[in-house]
Amino acid sequence: MMGREPVTFKAPGADVSHPRRSPIDLIYDPKARGIFLQVLLVVALIALGVEIVSNAITNLQKQNIASGFGFLDRIAGFDISQTLIDYTNTSTYGRAFWVGLTNTLLVAGIGIVASTVIGFIVGIARLSSNWLIARLAGVYVEVVRNIPPLLMLFAIYFAVLKTLPLPRDSIALPLSSYLNVRGLTVPKPIWQDGIGLVGAAFIAGCVAAIVLGAWARRRRIATGRIFPSVWAGLALIIGLPVLAFFLAGSPVTFNAPTVGRFNITGGLTLLPELVALLVGLSLYTAAFIAEIVRAGIAGVPKGQKEAAFALGLSQGQVMRLVVIPQAMRIIIPPLTNQYLNLTKNSSLAVAIGYPDLVHVFAGTVLNQTNQAIEVILITMGVYLLISLVTSLLMNWFNARMALVER
Amino acid sequence: MGAGGDMEQAGGKRATPMRPPPAGAGPIAWVKTNLFSSPLNAALTVLGLWVAWIVVHALVDWAFVRAVYVGADGSACTKEGAGACWPFITAKLDQFIYGRYPDAERWRANLTFALFALGLAGVMIPGVPRKGWIAAFLLIVFPVIAYYLLTGGVFGLATVETERWGGLLVTLVVAVVGIVASFPIAVALALGRRSRLPFVRYASIGFIEFVRGVPLITMLFMASVMLPLFLPDGVTFDKLLRALIGVALFEGAYLAEVIRGGLQAIPRGQYEAADALGLSYPQKMGLIVLPQALKLVIPGIVNSFIALFKDTSLVLIIGLFDLLGIVQQAISSDAKWFSPSTPLTGYVFAGFVFWIFCFGMSRYAQWIERRLSGTDRR
Repeated sequence: MMGREPVTFKAPGADVSHPRRSPIDLIYDPKARGIFLQVLLVVALIALGVEIVSNAITNLQKQNIASGFGFLDRIAGFDISQTLIDYTNTSTYGRAFWVGLTNTLLVAGIGIVASTVIGFIVGIARLSSNWLIARLAGVYVEVVRNIPPLLMLFAIYFAVLKTLPLPRDSIALPLSSYLNVRGLTVPKPIWQDGIGLVGAAFIAGCVAAIVLGAWARRRRIATGRIFPSVWAGLALIIGLPVLAFFLAGSPVTFNAPTVGRFNITGGLTLLPELVALLVGLSLYTAAFIAEIVRAGIAGVPKGQKEAAFALGLSQGQVMRLVVIPQAMRIIIPPLTNQYLNLTKNSSLAVAIGYPDLVHVFAGTVLNQTNQAIEVILITMGVYLLISLVTSLLMNWFNARMALVER
Repeated sequence: MGAGGDMEQAGGKRATPMRPPPAGAGPIAWVKTNLFSSPLNAALTVLGLWVAWIVVHALVDWAFVRAVYVGADGSACTKEGAGACWPFITAKLDQFIYGRYPDAERWRANLTFALFALGLAGVMIPGVPRKGWIAAFLLIVFPVIAYYLLTGGVFGLATVETERWGGLLVTLVVAVVGIVASFPIAVALALGRRSRLPFVRYASIGFIEFVRGVPLITMLFMASVMLPLFLPDGVTFDKLLRALIGVALFEGAYLAEVIRGGLQAIPRGQYEAADALGLSYPQKMGLIVLPQALKLVIPGIVNSFIALFKDTSLVLIIGLFDLLGIVQQAISSDAKWFSPSTPLTGYVFAGFVFWIFCFGMSRYAQWIERRLSGTDRR
């Protein structure tokens, strides 16, 4: 080739679009190779899918298992120990699914709030200038996060809650609450007429606080005068409902529990499974949140703090206006992960018998209907949806908090 | 200004000896600055001392002072105010380590543990020569040896069904097999997620995000309930193997994200230089990019191994007996050792074993991280 043709220098890419292309050249063409590889992958995935589906159909037919989602309308016929929505054993499997889901969301919601509060306290304590407090917080984090959460649940449930006394020897707690092997019983609030006024006052307080905050901000930008809008806002949000509560004549009575011979009557009983799950998950996740908070606050450059002090801001203002907003940017993405982890870990409930989604649906319903594929797919789909929605919400929040670079 | 004053003084009469500056060192100054710098801090210190005293006192009292050390069964621990029931642990220790692995064959499990510890020490301790060969032994030769040692059936070794495995043995098998088997999956997924080819990329993203969005329990349920339905008629899997498949797929997705972090940290110039040298894709990744990326993410890999090690306890939900599972079984179904303090003793023991492993590994990850950042700074 070289002998017959004059030597020309071509750009390396020119070969690719050479019009006379032999099949051999195709092997060395990255584009053609890419397409070939992808076709191979797609064909392999489809083949795997077809194989799985055909095997599943044969196996299901052989074992006489129905398929499809019709089972959701059939009568469940089992009881659930905690139901946030109406449910009896004559309800359908579909209803049981919703009961399980609401129970999961209950644990996730309370757990997220509790673990955030504990986690922030411990995380800030780890940065305390007080040596002892910082060390104690450090010991807490290092002990808790190196132990499986399931083990913590077992220890709390079987070794602590299950060894509590029987109902007739209940441990009396303040506020006429009782603790026994059947759970924690607290007075049950019974709302009377006029409670709507308190609710309306709460909403009005929130709206007023937002309006006040906006006004204070505008005035500060215009005149430079500072209005204590945080305290005033808190006073509105808390004060208005309290005022309304007394104006409406205390529209709430409590159904206090009474200790009987065999059981406690009245009151509101929290299942020991729920208590164990909440305590275990909150303590476990809090250890991780504490580390995130510590890293976030430590990640704000020292100069920011010093500059804020140099501007004459007070200690509280430095934290509130300079350090925390910047720390939150570091904190929020990993915090989202921890919230999702807590939600997913709430499925450990199945091990101690709390009726969450996995226990009710992927456990009892699956065993009764044998429709493993549909049940597991629905269960996984729900967790995927929760993950997706949570990360969308947190991404939106994160985008609002993110550094606006000019 | 102060110095000028001193000079004048020195010029006139003999300087009066000045008091030393307030002690900045010494135990009393340390206590002052670190524990009692303000009234609030003083109050916090007192509160902290009180909490520490309560916790330490309760722990020592339960674990040592009121503990029962000898006894043949649970009746020794049922006396009023008894603390930890240590004879329960000593009597069951073998079971907690090996499960129902036959007594006569336990040397095989021990030999596997020892080989693994030896190989791991070779890889983890810096300065040991021929790290590559040790790693190859650990990743390729050791699994084969361990498989035949533990299951038997060859060279005159008696077969031990996996139903008889249990305790720490299962915990370690699930964790180690999980991480080793998930590694190639994770590398493939991480490379796939950064691929230019859209189908490869979306398939990888889909798998990773799906697995990371669901709890491990549902993956285990899927592996134990759905997998048998997907296989051709007559093909059955061992229960342990099914759990291992679930764990490997799960861990693969998490590890893929760790490795992707490493891939993203490699400067573009490295990729471009490899292209300029005319290296093929496998050569570029295998010889240039991955060695650097994997070195960067060693701490991340150790951390996800810690998470996996803790997560192995979930296999008890699908009926395997790992360390926690076997402790739980001994507590709940062994009437001989029934006593009020047995459960807590068992959980504290299991928690302590898990804690030792996880804490040790996390300290190792931190140490490696410091070493790596040290080499980078030079």
